Amino acid sequence: MLFRINNAWIVISITCLLPLFWLLLDIMNNNLGSNPIEAIHIRSGDWALRFLCLTLAVTPLQTMTNWRGMADYRQMLGLYAFFYATLHLLGYLYVDHAGLWSMIGIDILQSTYIWFGLVAYIIIILLAITSPKVAKKRLGKYWKKLHRFIYYAAGAAIIHYFWQLKGNLFQPLFYLTIIAFLLGFRALVWFKNRQLTRLMIPKGKKITEESNDAV
Amino acid sequence: MIIKTQKSIPASEITDPSVFQQRRTIIKAMAATMLLPSVNTMASVTKAKPHWTNLTNSELSGQFGPETPAEISSNYTNYYEFSFNKEDSTELAQNLQTDNWSVEMTGEIEKPGIYHLEDILSQQTLQEYIYRFRCVEAWSMVIPWVGFPLSAVIKTVKPLSTARFVKFTTVYQPEVMPKQRINAMLDWPYVEALRMDEAMHPLTILAVGMYGDVLPKQNGAPLRLVVPWKYGFKSIKAITKIEFLKRGPLTTWNQFAPDEYGFYANVNPSVPHPRWSQFSERQLGSGFFTPRRETELFNGYGEQVASLYGDMDLRHFF
Repeated sequence: MLFRINNAWIVISITCLLPLFWLLLDIMNNNLGSNPIEAIHIRSGDWALRFLCLTLAVTPLQTMTNWRGMADYRQMLGLYAFFYATLHLLGYLYVDHAGLWSMIGIDILQSTYIWFGLVAYIIIILLAITSPKVAKKRLGKYWKKLHRFIYYAAGAAIIHYFWQLKGNLFQPLFYLTIIAFLLGFRALVWFKNRQLTRLMIPKGKKITEESNDAV
Repeated sequence: MIIKTQKSIPASEITDPSVFQQRRTIIKAMAATMLLPSVNTMASVTKAKPHWTNLTNSELSGQFGPETPAEISSNYTNYYEFSFNKEDSTELAQNLQTDNWSVEMTGEIEKPGIYHLEDILSQQTLQEYIYRFRCVEAWSMVIPWVGFPLSAVIKTVKPLSTARFVKFTTVYQPEVMPKQRINAMLDWPYVEALRMDEAMHPLTILAVGMYGDVLPKQNGAPLRLVVPWKYGFKSIKAITKIEFLKRGPLTTWNQFAPDEYGFYANVNPSVPHPRWSQFSERQLGSGFFTPRRETELFNGYGEQVASLYGDMDLRHFF
């Protein structure tokens, strides 16, 4: 089985679907403004990026609060990031481009900002495919290495965001700050652990850094 | 003898009859607002009669099918002086002071001076021009402008043969334009320019209205330029100054990012913006799952304007 289902799991997964319900409600009420297709792109993209940030925030929050329960939901948050990114991509392909592949091809070739979006999506889809326990077991030590690519996905997604704007960079910079903070926190933890290990282990003995590496 | 049992109502508290007579409309509007949260905030209670009723349609108007609904085009404007958000400008622009508007015309002309907008308008015949409006952000609208040819105004100030470029400047009102006040992003006030032959082209108009009504403030009231074969940012809003120059001036977006926004900014599907394609455009008002429109060279006005550019390399002079 993929997940351990309990009450908290149900509550959290419904909460994660609220942005989708909210978007559908706004579509039905014609409440998305003058360019509703653009609004759908922005909403779904924003939520994909927010869920990426949330996924990345789980480990640092655990370290800070010492509350261990959250790690169980990290996989789910990551899959929701994949879910909203998929909606974002489908919105681009079908809601906006009506599945006209010749036009889509030209658009992708000529739009560099879309390249970064695609890179982010390819990484996220790989992580989603390898997210079940079976895949984790099979991949062994490579699983961790592969899933560290989530940072590249977040970076590419932020470039994808700001590369299409005409100059007002407030929102992408906001996400960049969050990602930089989360990444910085991990670097700090990693560095501190390394120093502690050095102090604890008698001189002359080799340190294996891998084991102290928190993801 | 009259015995007053109640305090009489002071005259100031008496409801104005014009308000009272609207009570049904007001109640209906309130009910409608509650029922339909989607109703546009700009939608007026009663559809007022348009400001101009017997405008003739210019022969330059295109046959584009349905016009973009006014609720869409008046709530989706790039007016960076007010906001970087297209829908926020609608409300913010209402603070713009447009009374007693005048336009300064200077430079290489025989009759420089400050001209009152009323005086300019009194010499012009207004017509309706239905043009396609294509933004550099790859969306488009079809808008029935009310205006007159720029060339007609230029003739009245008698340009000298040395006048080769026309420079336009948007009003500077930092007290009501937040981005001017904090000096955000662009170099204010906003400046645009045309080559003299582009400015004299019959398609180039100065607009004072749209949909038969006075131009909404967020759409560039009281006077804006419309150059339909160029990307929208060339069509400068709230013009207060027109200068006739010997040399091409620096224009706002061109100065901000010269490799992304050229001086000419002619609509051209085969010259992509460095970061996105210009091959297709989303027509505002079209539904979900409807294909985008293939963008045309010179926004479909090639027959009329291609000769202006002769054998110029449009990739170089983008």
